[in-house]
Amino acid sequence: MALTGLFLILFLVIHLIGNLQLLAGDGGEAFNRYSYFMANNGLIQLVSKLNFAFIVLHVIYSIWLTRTNAAARPIAYGGKPKNVQSNWNSRNMGILGTLILLFLIVHLKSFWFEFKFGTGLPMIEAGTYDGLNFAVLDAYTVVASAYSTLPYMLIYVVGMLVLSFHLYHGFQSAFQTLGLGFSSYKKLIEVIGVVYAVIVPLLFAIIPVVMYLQQA
Amino acid sequence: MSKESLNLTLKVWRQKGSKDKGKFETYKLKDVSTHASFLEMMDVLNESLISEQKEPVAFDHDCREGICGMCSMYINGRAHGPQRGTTTCQLHMRHFEDGETITIEPWRAAPFPVLKDLVVDRSAFDKIQQAGGYVSVNTGNAPDGNAVPIPKENADEAFNAAACIGCGACVAACKNASAMLFVSAKVSQYALLPQGQPERKERVGKMVAKMDELGFGNCTNTGACEAECPKGISITNIARLNREYLGAMLGPGN
Repeated sequence: MALTGLFLILFLVIHLIGNLQLLAGDGGEAFNRYSYFMANNGLIQLVSKLNFAFIVLHVIYSIWLTRTNAAARPIAYGGKPKNVQSNWNSRNMGILGTLILLFLIVHLKSFWFEFKFGTGLPMIEAGTYDGLNFAVLDAYTVVASAYSTLPYMLIYVVGMLVLSFHLYHGFQSAFQTLGLGFSSYKKLIEVIGVVYAVIVPLLFAIIPVVMYLQQA
Repeated sequence: MSKESLNLTLKVWRQKGSKDKGKFETYKLKDVSTHASFLEMMDVLNESLISEQKEPVAFDHDCREGICGMCSMYINGRAHGPQRGTTTCQLHMRHFEDGETITIEPWRAAPFPVLKDLVVDRSAFDKIQQAGGYVSVNTGNAPDGNAVPIPKENADEAFNAAACIGCGACVAACKNASAMLFVSAKVSQYALLPQGQPERKERVGKMVAKMDELGFGNCTNTGACEAECPKGISITNIARLNREYLGAMLGPGN
């Protein structure tokens, strides 16, 4: 969980940097150039295959983990504690992860699948952008039209909230599992983890909100 | 001043033997002294059950001084009850309220089968210890004390890990019934001291393999074990166990 999780944590940062170009305020040029680059770079394509593989591994391993852990306590406790001694999200990573997976399916269907296999996609004419003498996909318009509807925008906001809870436990947990959670820098890892779990999903969520308001 | 005695309703897990299904029985207990320990309260309950010609509740206990690790009991959804850093024998009735219903259950984990009522078989911990939680000593004279210099921090850390009494509260409290805190304490205590070095890698590999074989769950770092441990063993030890284990897997041979 730790290794695949850390890769996905790293991936989210790269993904976020790309996405923030949606808010560049240049009619989508920066984002369209970026998406053209991403779709036509061999290394990026290889990393994206790896990314899918890691998501699948993360899910498969989590199913195995949940099943063996459930088998270790065949009879549940009857008593309910007044104050539970662990964080809610640390105990419900499976539920949070399942919600994220559902979000991912919606997300990939709307964009990744559209960009790859969609027909009648909006294009930017050749020569519109300096240095690009051929037509490129107008990814910005696809994204903007998706975020123009309120329910779709809200799915993203809720999805990022769930992701935040997942990362809040996942970040420091990954370091602990890899044997790096030592007292000398345990606090530092925890602080970075909390900052990451709040900032990254927040920035992700801001994008659909702003784009929705721009079109409202 | 709070009341000197309590009237309690006890929901106690009763199970005739390991094959029995078991169920909760409810008992009313009057005038329990707030100065009594939880086990003394259980003694009073058993006295009254015996006087009514009923079977007393079986529960584990030994020193009643909070050091042997024999007492257990899952009280109101918490291992060793609501007080932090306390074994059940050192838990006093003043932490409960008059009229309260107290749920009392055995530790719940597949590797800790219930033998009777609140008594579970914790020999799984012994098996993990036997797999590697020791230092092989060849016969001969006892070495001089302090002949081997040990840094103070290492000695302190090792001592903190060695404070584990093996009661099983970590397994009981963990949502995954994982024994990682116990194993990490035992592995840490040797990994930090020179005497533990010759068998360092072999030890961690064997103890973790035994732990998995016995059917304990996996650690998902919720931290419940650390919060419920009566001896305050830190999950930093689990990080050390993970590091020791990875090290042993990547480069076997001591």
